[in-house]
Amino acid sequence: MNISVRNSESFVFTAENMEWAKGQLAKYPSSRKQSGVMPLLTRAQEQNNGWVSVPVMEYVADMLDMPYIRVQEVASFYTMYNLKPVGKHVIEVCTTTPCWLRGSDDVVAACKDELGIGFGETTEDGEFTLLEVECAGACVNAPVIAYKEEYYEDLDNDSTRKFIKAIKSGELPVAGPQTTDRHKSAPQGGPTTLKDFCAVQGGQE
Amino acid sequence: MPTLTIDGIEVEVEGGSTVLQACEAAGIEIPRFCFHERLSISGNCRMCLVEMEKAPKLIASCAMPAGDGMVIHTKSDKVKRGREGVLEFTLINHPLDCPVCDQGGECDLQDQYLAYSGDDNRYEEGRRTVAKDDFGPLVKTVMTRCIHCTRCVRFADEIAGVPALGGIGRGDHLEITTYQEQPFASELSGNVVDLCPVGALTNKPYAFTARPWELKSTETFDIHDAMGSSVRADARGAQVMRFLPRVHEDVNEEWISDKTRQAVDGLKYNRLDQPYVRRDGKLQPASWDEAFDVIASNVKGKKIAALIGDLCDLESMYALKGLMAALGSTAIDCRQDGAKYGGKHRVGYLFNSSIAGIDEADTCLLVGTNPRKEAAVLNIRLRYLSKRGPIASVGEVENLTYPVEHLGNNVKALEDVLLGKGDFAKALKKAEKPMIILGSGAVSHADGAAILKLAHDIAEKYGMVSDCWNGFNVLHTAASRVGAMDLGLVSDGGVDGILNGAAKGDIEVVFNLGADEIDTARLEKAFVIYQGSHGDEGVKHADVILPGVAYPEKPGTYVNMEGRVQLAPRVIFGPGDAREDWAILRALSQKLGHTLPFDTISELRTKMIADYPHLDQVDQVPKESWAEFGVTAKASDAPITNLIDDFYQTNPIARSSKVMAECSSAYEGAQFVAEAVNG
Repeated sequence: MNISVRNSESFVFTAENMEWAKGQLAKYPSSRKQSGVMPLLTRAQEQNNGWVSVPVMEYVADMLDMPYIRVQEVASFYTMYNLKPVGKHVIEVCTTTPCWLRGSDDVVAACKDELGIGFGETTEDGEFTLLEVECAGACVNAPVIAYKEEYYEDLDNDSTRKFIKAIKSGELPVAGPQTTDRHKSAPQGGPTTLKDFCAVQGGQE
Repeated sequence: MPTLTIDGIEVEVEGGSTVLQACEAAGIEIPRFCFHERLSISGNCRMCLVEMEKAPKLIASCAMPAGDGMVIHTKSDKVKRGREGVLEFTLINHPLDCPVCDQGGECDLQDQYLAYSGDDNRYEEGRRTVAKDDFGPLVKTVMTRCIHCTRCVRFADEIAGVPALGGIGRGDHLEITTYQEQPFASELSGNVVDLCPVGALTNKPYAFTARPWELKSTETFDIHDAMGSSVRADARGAQVMRFLPRVHEDVNEEWISDKTRQAVDGLKYNRLDQPYVRRDGKLQPASWDEAFDVIASNVKGKKIAALIGDLCDLESMYALKGLMAALGSTAIDCRQDGAKYGGKHRVGYLFNSSIAGIDEADTCLLVGTNPRKEAAVLNIRLRYLSKRGPIASVGEVENLTYPVEHLGNNVKALEDVLLGKGDFAKALKKAEKPMIILGSGAVSHADGAAILKLAHDIAEKYGMVSDCWNGFNVLHTAASRVGAMDLGLVSDGGVDGILNGAAKGDIEVVFNLGADEIDTARLEKAFVIYQGSHGDEGVKHADVILPGVAYPEKPGTYVNMEGRVQLAPRVIFGPGDAREDWAILRALSQKLGHTLPFDTISELRTKMIADYPHLDQVDQVPKESWAEFGVTAKASDAPITNLIDDFYQTNPIARSSKVMAECSSAYEGAQFVAEAVNG
């Protein structure tokens, strides 16, 4: 699992991110500032077009007085840190058992077909990256796709295609259930218990 | 002091012990891969599982603190099945390539599988393979064999102080590797080979050359630095195949430097295996008799002086001293680096606090030394000291793997410390057991005598010397040095005086016993007899060469920098006509008509001990009483520089070693990678 791509450009936090990073580090005693490695890496990844390059790791390591290898260990342990360049739109499809039972194979097929790439790949125009992720923690709305910090839920083949086409045309699709009319993870077809409880609470109305 | 019952045996262990240590105290062997007594506990191999009553599951004994009243079972059926399960998992991805693995025969996994495994492995799925890593020129990697015990990672962090190793990826994808494929640039890197419980990290230069059961092991000592690390020499036939560390808690614990371990191939190359005599301006092979005749005809009635090299044993130096005395000369000197200490007071040139004493010290001042290069294993203890108290240095700024406050680079900085200026002087004042370490860069400085005096006064002023503590230390780099000083092999002008005398023609004959760190061009005019093991600097301008044997090829007595007397046995025999140095000198003395009064090495030793009774105290650290030494003088502001540039090329054996040459170029003259130090 070596980092094959090394971007030659150096990395520094923008003034705004630096301010934010200092706020993060203020949470920890100065002798324990290594504790801030994960939030800093996350913010650095956002700034660095969605991936953690070698200069990013070294910048964060220097900032926290950590050996470089310790930062690389963290960055390579968590799958949320991308160690290769990614496209502008990162589409993460969950394929863990509940999603798979609920038809994630269809969702995956739709993604691959629409984008023309496989998992871990980026389209040639650098627009899309398709990633397979482990349980997204939204099994009640399986199958799900994570995109730009939002979940797109209750997907099937058609709704996945629609979702990708929408992104391609520059829209930001509405997050939440895509094929059902339920609210978030409320029961399909409205409340089924406690009679009108949910309606009174202002759920489905 | 918790008391535990282990397999029905009641044991009392010290507070803070682990269950594993308690089991060992009860005499019960607990298998383990990741646990190592000198490293932090990681508890990830699970091999040390034992059953604890009232616990629902087996516990990892290495990570469980021993508690009062614990009842432990180590031989129950549950434990047996637990171990079998762990081994089955460990072997899922471990290849069964033992026949082509260098660890075979001395592999923890092999041994423990033999003793603790169950039935066959039931695993039928694909096994993973891992790409090779580059750990540098000394460590061969076959990472598919790695069982992720992380001993090497912890060693790099905690002992070597070069946090270059880590585990990247997770789960089935975890790999132990170096950062960005950089080599593991530490002068202690070879120790990970000993730590690795499997064949993932093996000795690269030794790869595929021998099997452990073919080797004859001899317990001996190292001479590549002045620590006198305890080593085990493994020989096959007439060749030493490798050196391994031996445990000596007061000296090297169980670590050795890469030079100690890997300069072994230097014993094969550039050897002097027969006498040579210069005829018609060329060195030509000769017989012993011819060589002796030439010496006899050139020495009689001439002014003679002798130089002592860095790797000499006491026997040869004693014999040479006797011969020189018989020839009427006292011009004999061992201080090749130009050190200014004299031989009058032993306390003035010893590492008085003892190496283990560093563990008691709480503040340290380094002067003109880079312990990382001059005594790499000693630097481990200084690194631990740096966690307890401040360390400051006068001299060059170098990466020692721990934070060092730099006070300046000349004698003025020392004067300031003596006057109590600066924060560090305050720290010294407060310290209970402060110490000062003078390196060869300090004592060989032009104002070395003044530096010695300053250090002496600093030691007195800051209470470094008391009844139970002596924090005045000289860090030597030459294995022979303290022994030679003990024998009084110093002359007024020093080595420089002898060389100048030879250049001017005042000294007509120079007997060079293995001195290779000098400028031999100044010996051009004199008649030079070189006796040594390797064709290095010393043989240039030599007129007669007498082939001596190298350190594993002779029994010899050495005194390390602490003043600890060490008896090294012979491991193998020397090449060709090379002979033990004392025996050559004995034979030569007969030819010169001044027969030395001993015929065997034991007679020699008896005489030597009669003359120098302290040499009888084998493996004892002496307690020397405090004395006056050094010279008060106005010092110049010339910078104090370290003498060793290249850790891998410090003596004729290391310079003859191809492996050391490779290391030297790989690490660019031993400029170790500067990593951020973990605070």
